[in-house]
Amino acid sequence: MSAALKSLFKQPLLAARLAARTSRALPSAVRHNSSIVGDTITVREALNQAMDEEMERDESVWVLGEEVAQYNGAYKVTKGLLDKYGPRRVVDTPITEMGFAGIAVGAAFHGTRPICEFMTFNFAMQAIDQIINSGAKTHYMSGGFAQCPIVFRGPNGAAAGVAAQHSQDYASWYGQIPGLKVVSPYDAEDAKGLMKAAIRDPNPVIVLENELMYGVSFPATAGMSSKDFVVPFGKAKIAREGTDITIATYSRPVGFALEAAELLAKEGISAEVINLRSIRPLDLPALIKSIKKTNHLMTVEQGFPQFGVGSEISAQIMESEAFDYLDAPVCRVTGADVPMPYAQNLEALALPDTEVIYKQAKRVLNIE
Amino acid sequence: MLRSAAFSALRQTKAMSGKGPLFQAARAMASAAGEETVTFDFCDKTFEGYNIETPSRSVTMTQAEAIKLYRDMQTVRRLEMAADSSYKHKLIRGFCHLCTGQEAVPIGIEAAITKEDAIITAYRCHGFTYMRGASPVGILAELMGRKEGVSKGKGGSMHMYAPNFYGGNGIVGAQVPLGAGIAFAQKYKGEKTCTLALYGDGAANQGQVFESYNMAKLWDLPVIFTCENNKYGMGTAAGRAAANTDYYTRGQYIPGIRVNGMDVLAVRQAVAFARAYAIENGPMVLEMKTYRYGGHSMSDPGTTYRTREEIQHMRSTSDPITGYKHRLLETGVATEEDLKAIDKQAKKEIDEALAQAKAIPEPDGTELWDHIYVKGSEVPYLRGRVPEDVHYYNTAA
Repeated sequence: MSAALKSLFKQPLLAARLAARTSRALPSAVRHNSSIVGDTITVREALNQAMDEEMERDESVWVLGEEVAQYNGAYKVTKGLLDKYGPRRVVDTPITEMGFAGIAVGAAFHGTRPICEFMTFNFAMQAIDQIINSGAKTHYMSGGFAQCPIVFRGPNGAAAGVAAQHSQDYASWYGQIPGLKVVSPYDAEDAKGLMKAAIRDPNPVIVLENELMYGVSFPATAGMSSKDFVVPFGKAKIAREGTDITIATYSRPVGFALEAAELLAKEGISAEVINLRSIRPLDLPALIKSIKKTNHLMTVEQGFPQFGVGSEISAQIMESEAFDYLDAPVCRVTGADVPMPYAQNLEALALPDTEVIYKQAKRVLNIE
Repeated sequence: MLRSAAFSALRQTKAMSGKGPLFQAARAMASAAGEETVTFDFCDKTFEGYNIETPSRSVTMTQAEAIKLYRDMQTVRRLEMAADSSYKHKLIRGFCHLCTGQEAVPIGIEAAITKEDAIITAYRCHGFTYMRGASPVGILAELMGRKEGVSKGKGGSMHMYAPNFYGGNGIVGAQVPLGAGIAFAQKYKGEKTCTLALYGDGAANQGQVFESYNMAKLWDLPVIFTCENNKYGMGTAAGRAAANTDYYTRGQYIPGIRVNGMDVLAVRQAVAFARAYAIENGPMVLEMKTYRYGGHSMSDPGTTYRTREEIQHMRSTSDPITGYKHRLLETGVATEEDLKAIDKQAKKEIDEALAQAKAIPEPDGTELWDHIYVKGSEVPYLRGRVPEDVHYYNTAA
């Protein structure tokens, strides 16, 4: 990974600029279905609390990664953990992803529960053999003998201005692999509940976070304060109910989809926004149920268009009973099929935002 | 315990080492426990140290243990011969990498460690699987993809496991960081055990091996990085792949010992030494100089990149079983008849195991769906080859 990227986070001015960009107002939480207790919590804090609680609960849980300990985390997600748990359980690694991912998997084989942070999932490509061939497949190849209770976590997808090598969305890559579970939180509730569930899961779990969401605040819902609060895998969340079109997405684009739904509502169009939360297993029943109601599906992701999450959802919908309920083909809104450019205007042209989602929804519905 | 007898003997007999280049005939002494023991000496070419002293050149053990080493090597030899012929009869499919000629390494290692220590290696793993406690039936059945194989028929030759034996790994070099990770967990849990992470001369050039050296040294992990140097990485002679073929020095800041890997006693001695070092201090590198008679795998004749003369020479001068047999005869631990009886018994055991394994059926079709996830934590369903083919898991969500 790049030393250049690391040096970014030592510059307070740049960090502040990034933070300002990430805390743009997002749709109010009134459409959350859980009761609101008045406090707010950022996604970063939620992830931190999840790891803290699970480390307290289970002594075999430990954390490793670049800058997770003394630096308090490149994105401050592991802040305070070293102070609380000490260097045996919070381990700074050299910049050697293949090696430390393999060490983490081996430690998982032998009775510990590592949380392996990748500073971004772009760097995890160096470790992907360990994640997939050593981590995901070993339980099967060993006839159930070896287990790998590991969490691989870190930021996934586009950040801001970090260009082609630092912006890829890996949901479809990991989503393909039997033996892995893959989840991607949007808000703080997702982050806390999915992370706690991931740490408790005896299988290898990939948690695809989003760097631009770390600083975003959400209401702290009542359930979240329980030490056993988990969000189950394979269950999508209806982020906004609607009747005319289903917009299914995950991670940061959930926010854009909610904004687009607001714009559509002003024109009398009722969009149902589904926060998938879980890539593998995918909540197909929730999508089918929604399509039976709305008769239209649009998927949204930041990843490349070919062989992506939307492609998979389209295929599964076509193979299901939902096909008979569609009034239009499933439409995929994706990142552009280009390596992420640096210039801000080009970057914007490469990623779907609120405006793109809003316009495309109308197009799907054949509305001018 | 046998090991402690050997260690006390090591301390007692340290003064005896350096008694000349030729192998010395030893005398049996009655030990305090009343068990017959035997002392073996090593010639000075047996060990070479890199930034560390070498093990004692003398070792004492009970005669029972000495004989077990022979029996185990012979059994593994027979096991691999059975695998060879089964492969040629198309009972074994895919890849099959045999350790014929290298038997001293798995047997010597097991004799020097406890069941609580761990081993991980690559795909030339049948000998290790047996020594770690798997039965010959289980191993042969796994090779033939039968339901009572050690991995339930789901892994095959390259993916065999046993208690504290983590395979059986197919991707060259990947097992080395895994081994360092197992050692990390041993240390994390306060176990006072070590892990042997084995790799070949070909894998020794992998970047992840060096990443593992680095982290193991930084964190004082109790891992023994063990290079089985059989002179060829598949068809490539070691010198064509490695700028430095002194694999025991490749750990740079990690001490290393090169060992005559065709000598089961030398392997045992070096590993016992390394184990004590690793648990106390941190990583070590061992290089076992060994040799395989067969090709890289059953698909490789093994004669396009080396001469038949070389193979024949190694067989006749360095065979681990024949060499050890002479030691047992010379020290009076066993007679020709004793050893012939062991040979016959080993052949019989493996022949019977093979017959048993052949009679085991393949896994049920439903087992396709098992062990993708840990039982009780599966996803709701997984898809088969066509959309209509869906397997549901009954999990208490």
